[in-house]
Amino acid sequence: MGRYGDMMSNILCAKGIKKSFDGVHALKGVDLTINKGEIHCLAGENGCGKSTIIKIISGFYRPDEGAIEVAGKGFPVMTPTQAIKAGIQVIYQDFSVFPNLTVLENLAFNQVLANKKRLVNKKEFRKIAEEAVKKINFEVDLDALVETLPVADKQLIAISRALLDNAKLIIMDEPTTALTKKEIKRLFEIIAALKKNGVTILFVSHKLDEVFEISDSITILRNGENVISCPTSEITEEKFAYYMTGRHFDTAQTRKNMKKNIGAKMLEVKNLSAPGFENVSFELHKGEILGVIGQLGSGRTELSLALFGLLKPTDGKIIMEGKEVKLPNVNVAHKLGIALVPEDRLTEGLFLSQSIVKNITVCRMDELASSIGILSNKKSVEESDKWVKGMGVVTKNHELPVQTLSGGNQQKVVLGRWLATTPKVLILNGPTVGVDIGAKYDIHNLLRKLAEEGMAIIVVSDDAEEVIETCNRAIIMRSGYVTGEISEEALSREALALASN
Amino acid sequence: MIKAKKIDDNIVRLLIILTAFIMIACVTRPANFIQLGNFQTMVKQMSEYGLMALGVGICMISGGIDLSTVYIANLTGIIAGMMMQNMAAGSNGNGYIYLAILVALLVGAICGIFNGFLVSYLRIPAMLATLGSYQLFMGIAIVISHGSTVSGIPEAYTRFGTTLIAQIPVAFIIFLLVTIVLSFIISKTKFGQRIYLVGTNAQAVKFAGIKYNAIIIRAYMISGLISAIAGLVSLARINSAKADFGSSYTMQTILIAVLGGVHPDGGFGSIPGIAIAVVILQILSSYLNMFPNISNYYRNLIWGFVLIAVLIINFVINKRKAAKLRKMS
Repeated sequence: MGRYGDMMSNILCAKGIKKSFDGVHALKGVDLTINKGEIHCLAGENGCGKSTIIKIISGFYRPDEGAIEVAGKGFPVMTPTQAIKAGIQVIYQDFSVFPNLTVLENLAFNQVLANKKRLVNKKEFRKIAEEAVKKINFEVDLDALVETLPVADKQLIAISRALLDNAKLIIMDEPTTALTKKEIKRLFEIIAALKKNGVTILFVSHKLDEVFEISDSITILRNGENVISCPTSEITEEKFAYYMTGRHFDTAQTRKNMKKNIGAKMLEVKNLSAPGFENVSFELHKGEILGVIGQLGSGRTELSLALFGLLKPTDGKIIMEGKEVKLPNVNVAHKLGIALVPEDRLTEGLFLSQSIVKNITVCRMDELASSIGILSNKKSVEESDKWVKGMGVVTKNHELPVQTLSGGNQQKVVLGRWLATTPKVLILNGPTVGVDIGAKYDIHNLLRKLAEEGMAIIVVSDDAEEVIETCNRAIIMRSGYVTGEISEEALSREALALASN
Repeated sequence: MIKAKKIDDNIVRLLIILTAFIMIACVTRPANFIQLGNFQTMVKQMSEYGLMALGVGICMISGGIDLSTVYIANLTGIIAGMMMQNMAAGSNGNGYIYLAILVALLVGAICGIFNGFLVSYLRIPAMLATLGSYQLFMGIAIVISHGSTVSGIPEAYTRFGTTLIAQIPVAFIIFLLVTIVLSFIISKTKFGQRIYLVGTNAQAVKFAGIKYNAIIIRAYMISGLISAIAGLVSLARINSAKADFGSSYTMQTILIAVLGGVHPDGGFGSIPGIAIAVVILQILSSYLNMFPNISNYYRNLIWGFVLIAVLIINFVINKRKAAKLRKMS
């Protein structure tokens, strides 16, 4: 095929895209070519430039250098309006829907606005909306308020709306982040159906299994540069991790070498109930890592909050080292030696604009201050220094705000803060969410080391790989109940999939 | 590792502005400006709203604001004034004055605790909570003073308003002392550090085991207490108290706090910064007074302009700082 043929088969061809922000090179000459009608995966770690290239394609940012062609037509300057006209639609992670309006209004508004009509007609709204949801066989009450709908439905509304605008290329930015297994399955069916109807999909993800399941071809970015572009069939799972990070990981090996040093019973939970979960019982020993695996809404987060004094149990017992304890607030839990690394490090964990020192020492203020409450700056800095070095936080200066750190380093700060309190029981809720593969590997290694030294650890997660790699044992939660327990010998991806579906 | 800077940029910037203002005033109006009497008047005036600005600043660092300081000051001034009036006749010695001062401070603290309760336990946005309580405190003050000016304060007390220690008015010494004590509390104690953390992320504070409600209540209590001190200082200076005295100070206290480097979203700011901003504003104000042609009508216009200008400058500085940090990370 000649040049003409190539142009026909590409829906999008971006070449040599460069973009920097305040001297930081986010993209250093990235190429992205997407064939018509394919499902193309764009993969890479956080900060590799995935979001930047999407924003450039959709006309939100203007590239410093490089050319963009859509269906063979060059766009020297792409504006958001031009991108939409050319058939490019982005489904962002927050879906950009109006929660206070009905499904119908959400679907019809764009269309009506685009036609520059000043008066609205409810009948016409309904016709537009019905047509939109039919395209993807999406069954929904058109008069429901969008805020009352589950996350997955909001996403489908965004997709329907995109199709109304005659989308030819739909870009989905990490579309599975907040979905349950079932919802992911439904989304994948819809994506497959869209493909059949000739819509091209750019699927942005860093989740290995999804990428292999859904995509036809793949482009991997690292540090703002192309690493590889090829059909998905030509790449293996190990290669995938290597291309993303540039590091080799031998997780199977580390797991085999995991020393077991399981000691006395540390924590026992008996028939514990609280708003969000019911009748949960388990035991946790010294030196053991227990996995609590469950989807969003399974009660996993509530369980972790109840064990940390942030949610009041309605029934049941918590027994710490043989003694029944009540946890009315975080301070009591803290004094008993329980620590929680919360689920959302940005809103629950960190004081983003404050220094790394303050973030690390926040739970140790009582020990670092004199009896009348005067803090020693020297002691705080020493303490912080110890943990910055010990955890391998990459920073030039720990007086800098914690927001200057990458996701992985931020997580290490939160983890360091709680390790500084020398906890007996460490609970981690989603310890590696939004953390790049390298830092994830470091954190998993650290957890295993801590367990070897005798700490009792609970890893709450929806990531099966994570639980398999780190845990000795796992309990499975669904809709607020424990639905199963898997011993170490039986802990495998298949067993977890079987148990949680 | 880069060594942390001892004095932050903000204080340096404020000191430069201060020096520039003093120099301009000295050069253009030497006859009026460089006079002991002028300085004494200036420091006396600024002590009152300066004290309240410190309280507003602490509340702003904690992520809120206190709009009721002026009315706490008026209420406590009225209570102290009425107590002194009523008790002066029947007592010998000055014990009743100390009692009145104590009651005034206590009332101020209670008003602050009430504000803190609204903001923390009831989660009412600080802006609305203190706007409501300002009306409430003013209402109480009007009722107990029957809407009139409380005057005829015993000379034994108003003496403090005119006393000079080494040519320095007592009011200013009080302001300095409060500034030093607060600076220490805010920058060196656990409680002070926690105010910053609460102001940065109220949610994360919960997960770190810091008692949000207790910190907030104590912050507003301090603001109430300082406002009571301001009320007492003002009672001595003008020899009277009134429910709606100094209404324009509310706006000025916020202007000072922001000029002093307190971040309107909370989490940043320092007491010395606020104190320097108080001096800057007073010099600007006195300087304007030295031009008889500038009518009082222009005063609000100028204050409004200054506040907006400060906000814009802060915005630009923060943006630049953010860009610099992004580069470093």
